[in-house]
Amino acid sequence: MGEAIVITSGKGGVGKTTTTANIGTSLALLGKKVCLIDTDIGLRNLDVIMGLENRIIYDLVDVAHNRCKLHQALIKDKRFECLYLLPAAQTKDKSAVKPEQMKKMVTELKQDYDYVIIDCPAGIEQGFKNAIAGADKSIVVTNPETSSVRDADRIIGLLEQEDIEAPKLIINRLKAHMMENGDSLDVEEIVSILAVELLGIVTDDELVIRASNRGEPIALNPDTKASQAYRNIARRILGESVPLMSLEEDKGLLKKVKQFFGMRT
Amino acid sequence: MAQKQRQKKSNTHYVTIKGTKEGLILHLDDTCSFDQLLEELETKLIHPGTEDSSESPKITVKVKVGKRYLNKPQEEILRNIIYQKKNLIVDMVESDVITREEAEFMKKENEITSVCRMIRSGQILKVQGDLLLVGDVNPGGTVAATGNIFVMGTLKGNVHAGCEGRKSAVITASVLNPTLVRIADQFINEEENDQAYSGECAYLDEEDNTIKFDRLHILHQMRPGLNRL
Repeated sequence: MGEAIVITSGKGGVGKTTTTANIGTSLALLGKKVCLIDTDIGLRNLDVIMGLENRIIYDLVDVAHNRCKLHQALIKDKRFECLYLLPAAQTKDKSAVKPEQMKKMVTELKQDYDYVIIDCPAGIEQGFKNAIAGADKSIVVTNPETSSVRDADRIIGLLEQEDIEAPKLIINRLKAHMMENGDSLDVEEIVSILAVELLGIVTDDELVIRASNRGEPIALNPDTKASQAYRNIARRILGESVPLMSLEEDKGLLKKVKQFFGMRT
Repeated sequence: MAQKQRQKKSNTHYVTIKGTKEGLILHLDDTCSFDQLLEELETKLIHPGTEDSSESPKITVKVKVGKRYLNKPQEEILRNIIYQKKNLIVDMVESDVITREEAEFMKKENEITSVCRMIRSGQILKVQGDLLLVGDVNPGGTVAATGNIFVMGTLKGNVHAGCEGRKSAVITASVLNPTLVRIADQFINEEENDQAYSGECAYLDEEDNTIKFDRLHILHQMRPGLNRL
């Protein structure tokens, strides 16, 4: 019996789908059997980021309405034997599925998979209610911006009312230089406002966007900091204690020399 | 039957008028029925001073009804009768008893409700009486109380003390940095408040009817009622 984790944020565009894709990929890299569910009916993206768009035949709504079997709708990942995706429908809207149907699907998937990762749509309406219906745990994604933290706070409040384990936090798209200058909220401030356990910090990186556009989650490329961050998050989900990475940007030799002579870098 | 009648007639002392230093007091017996009381008021109040009531100066009187509960219409009838008969103005009606409802309301009004949780964005916590919150109020969250509000944590959201009009209500927090502060019908927000939120408490200054912020120790003098020791 596996566990279902919902990835949510309240605000749109903070990186829920990217996070889902990368945590799923990282868990698969660690040899776990993973199923990703996209619940963003009408605005599906997870299949694009996973590069599986052209393989969709059936979707979540088809399963909910018994037009196909659950296993028929699942798409196997190109790279991993143990990673599957249940895509959302692009033509319907959020009301096409009810929370009970979601719960049933997730319960069924938990029998076969170690982790069921649910990608939640933005907002707090029907789509959110569907997404959290079957979840055992939750991860809240936020950016170091006031508006995003505010929405995360709202979402955490709503999650606390549900029968779900206390949410954990991922701070996404952190810009270390902005944080140092005090131009954006810093990690401590965010954690003190939200008062939940910090699961990981992912720094802002253009490579993440490039990888998502190519349909290959960044977690596959071990050289980037973002990839390491996602892999660390996956290990923390498995229960390992992995220290947070240092946020300092790598300084080249030239920069170090300049700094030594007190020049502006 | 005749005996009873006589008995009633003989000791018609349901209504007694006493003059004290504080003024006239009308004692109404609490053992008879309300109708009997009215009847006696009619007869007792009518004699000597009936000549020209409109010119005589109006006197206020205190009515003590003992252990009798009067509802609003009954009280109104009583006031009317006393006024019509003797031109007495009823200053107040004092009863030794109150309803359970009123008692519970008063108890709640004076109670401190303690809550241990975080008030997050979009959440509203409203209590009757005083509120003791063991936790933070995040931006976008709201706490309100008919009495005082004491926050053990950081107060960054909206806060409304004395939300049913109690102007003496105060707000305290370990870190007082709210988005919007309201006490009774007055409010103040960050932009309007140039003195910044210096201190840990907010109160309504009666002189100019504005909300002020200050250090905690001034509450001792400002609101001695907070001390229940």
